[in-house]
Amino acid sequence: MPKLNLNRLPMPRQDPKARVRNFNEVALGYSAEQAQAEASRCIQCPKRPCTEGCPVEVDIPGFILAVREGNMPEAVKRLKDKNSLPGISGRVCPQETQCEAACTLAKKGAPIAIGRLERYVADWERANMQSASSLPAQPAPSGKRVAVVGSGPAGLTAAADLAKLGHSVTIFEALHVAGGVLMYGIPEFRLPKDIVQAEVDYVASLGVKVELDSVIGKLVTIDELLNNDYHAVFLGTGAGLPRFLNIPGENLNGIYSANEFLTRVNLMKAYRFPEYDTPVKVGRRVAVIGGGNVAMDSARCALRLGAEVVYIVYRRSEAEMPARREEAENAMEEGIQFKLLTNPKRMLGNEQNWVVGMECYKMELGEPDESGRSRPITKAGSEFIIDVDVVIVALGTRPNPLIAQTTEGLEITRWGTVVADEEMGKTVKDKVWAGGDIVTGAATVISAMGAGKRAAGDIDSYLRGQDT
Amino acid sequence: MYKILLRQDLVPNIHLFKIAAPAVAKKAQPGQFVIIRIDERGERFPLTIADWDKAEGSITIVFMEVGTTTHRLALLKAGDSIADFIGPLGLPTHIDKFGTVVCVAGGFAVATIMPIARAMRAKGNRVTSIMGARNKSLIFWEKELRRVSDQLIVTTDDGSYARKGLVTEPLKELLEGDGKVDRVIAIGPSIMMKFCSKTTEPFGVKTIVSLNPIMVDGTGMCGCCRVSVGGETKFACVDGPDFDGHQVDWDLLFARQRIYLNEEKRSFEQWQSQSGLFE
Ligand SMILES: Cc1cc2nc3c(=O)[nH]c(=O)nc-3n(C[C@H](O)[C@H](O)[C@H](O)COP(=O)(O)OP(=O)(O)OC[C@H]3O[C@@H](n4cnc5c(N)ncnc54)[C@H](O)[C@@H]3O)c2cc1C
Ligand SMILES: Cc1cc2nc3c(=O)[nH]c(=O)nc-3n(C[C@H](O)[C@H](O)[C@H](O)COP(=O)(O)OP(=O)(O)OC[C@H]3O[C@@H](n4cnc5c(N)ncnc54)[C@H](O)[C@@H]3O)c2cc1C
Ligand code: SF4
Ligand code: SF4
Ligand code: FES
Repeated sequence: MPKLNLNRLPMPRQDPKARVRNFNEVALGYSAEQAQAEASRCIQCPKRPCTEGCPVEVDIPGFILAVREGNMPEAVKRLKDKNSLPGISGRVCPQETQCEAACTLAKKGAPIAIGRLERYVADWERANMQSASSLPAQPAPSGKRVAVVGSGPAGLTAAADLAKLGHSVTIFEALHVAGGVLMYGIPEFRLPKDIVQAEVDYVASLGVKVELDSVIGKLVTIDELLNNDYHAVFLGTGAGLPRFLNIPGENLNGIYSANEFLTRVNLMKAYRFPEYDTPVKVGRRVAVIGGGNVAMDSARCALRLGAEVVYIVYRRSEAEMPARREEAENAMEEGIQFKLLTNPKRMLGNEQNWVVGMECYKMELGEPDESGRSRPITKAGSEFIIDVDVVIVALGTRPNPLIAQTTEGLEITRWGTVVADEEMGKTVKDKVWAGGDIVTGAATVISAMGAGKRAAGDIDSYLRGQDT
Repeated sequence: MYKILLRQDLVPNIHLFKIAAPAVAKKAQPGQFVIIRIDERGERFPLTIADWDKAEGSITIVFMEVGTTTHRLALLKAGDSIADFIGPLGLPTHIDKFGTVVCVAGGFAVATIMPIARAMRAKGNRVTSIMGARNKSLIFWEKELRRVSDQLIVTTDDGSYARKGLVTEPLKELLEGDGKVDRVIAIGPSIMMKFCSKTTEPFGVKTIVSLNPIMVDGTGMCGCCRVSVGGETKFACVDGPDFDGHQVDWDLLFARQRIYLNEEKRSFEQWQSQSGLFE
């Protein structure tokens, strides 16, 4: 066996001092030499444990081998065979808990940087290939029509796979842009919007129709789609309903849900106000409540928009923070201040109804709760005030009830999620599948893509079964 | 893109557009609204559906020029197109046989209350409408509203036309009069809706108002439109826009409408100087 190379190549990044003043991408991507060097470390394990760690089953050894051999068109083909959105997943997949965790070299502490290589291949394709040349061969039309509701990673993946199988697919999206959280939530400096747009365009180039400005449940219902035009429906509407704390003062001016703040900034480009017409209040002292990816993104946006001090206020300790390690480290490096074991009690306002302070409790950790994380306990008499002029609440989201309210025959949990078969995504309603955050509650891009892919496979078998 | 089929200037600063949106027209109901984005750089903003025509596939909106966006919208002509037109959003107005319904409209809302008055009448209610404007030059659709009402009262703040005074005065008289009033619908500027609610409260007559907080998506995704009704936080775009006027926290609504006052001013000044229309 050849000697193992455990020198995992780090990702070049923008200097923290420079990057807090721009919205350009933080991670800069491998050069050709770096990509080849990293690819050369892969020992091509015959059992492919890495692929098993990937929800969409990317042929990881295959595309990495092609990179190593410098055969980039082949690398693109291998990668895109299973993954229609590699520029996205290569950037925001929690690889450390997926494919890279399963990599043989992870045991030695130096898994192959699969995500970074994936990103390299996707970026190479965008720079060097005509989009048409990576299109799969035209499938024979099946004569079946599928409606996909929502254009986030779940919907895009399901649509792409169904189109590749010869079905006629229409995506219905409520917003004026396709991409879901990838467009309105995750900021430009982590996931450039032209990359998302390019991957949406790729899905469209497979023959998928994208109908924007279409709020399903209002404009047409699921049953109307099924009765009129479509043989099957896939629901990928995500978990877009923001949660608030329900504490006094929460409706004061200056208090945003992370969804609103990020939508104004990312989707509506408020960072270019007044050139773009949507404003956002940045504030000088900003507190972001929560410890997940959404909180990190909100805090880092606020900093880039010019806030002087930005706090992350989280009720547990650093160890329990649900954010990706890498993103929390980026945030710390950029100067975000972490107020851990801290929980808001109420918001304080001035005469103009503008938030000026946040009264908080200090917390301590008790026994683990049902999530397995230590339960935070309020310390009596520990109240203190943080001066703020903008607060961003990033406490997670639930599915929007619109679909549930307007569709007969779906089973809905008490968290508002749609019940669907874990493997295939089939709901209890005839001809309706669902996947992504609408089923799991807020989760990850790759789990949504995986769900979309599996559902597409099941929808295909169903549609083909109908003919016999 | 959504094409403007017809433009009418109702009064100098209030305009009517008929817009091609067949799918929206199929579903529209009284009290619902649309979210519009004029072009790539535009904001998303709500306007009430004033009318619809299923056969033609069109939606009618009526808007007043107040800031940058509505001034920019007012520059468009028939044949032009707007980038996005999303609807029908919000819950429809509750239409039922109540008995006697009073519809009160201020400013541009004379147009948006029309489908409600019409639907209430069709349900067999006796409909009295009150329309108010600041002065005679801002009066429009008097005949049209009269046609869908059993009785119409017109007021102007300065007395330059019809009865002098605010809409709350005839409203109070109706409540004090012999005929019973079973329900009031008040639509217009927030301050007018507040005072209509205050007027009816002592009489215990249920009063529905159509709230107009700042919105972004209009689908329940951002929470920008939150209002407090009966002590509970609601999202006006999905739980409303209609609410019980006696339960609304008006001060909160007024405060939240002012969040971007400085930005709105800045944007308008910049637009004025760039557009060159105001030199
Ligand atoms: C700020 C932020 C940062 C994140 N960072 C990461 C990260 O680094 N890594 C990671 O793996 N995950 C991350 N996530 C989570 C990840 O983005 C989601 O899990 C994923 O996008 C879910 O995909 P989805 O397709 O299920 O839904 P979404 O991406 O939510 O897409 C749903 C789409 O459906 C549309 N829709 C909703 N209702 C309707 C309707 N009635 N009619 C028509 N269309 C409708 C919505 O407008 C939306 O476009 C992050 C999330 C946020 C908010
Ligand atoms: C459900 C609903 C229905 C409405 N229907 C009508 C209608 O039929 N006709 C009509 O003339 N107006 C209507 N409005 C108000 C209309 O949306 C605003 O006048 C418009 O957005 C102002 O934009 P602007 O840029 O011209 O003015 P700005 O200078 O931006 O603002 C002027 C005022 O408009 C309000 N406003 C600004 N942006 C928004 C926004 N995105 N959403 C809501 N309010 C905003 C502000 O509170 C401010 O008081 C409605 C509002 C709502 C919420
Ligand atoms: S999609 Fe995600 S999990 Fe799959 S190989 Fe790529 S980075 Fe790994
Ligand atoms: S497990 Fe790691 S080393 Fe083995 S083939 Fe996969 S990526 Fe290469
Ligand atoms: S406008 Fe965003 S939730 Fe109502």
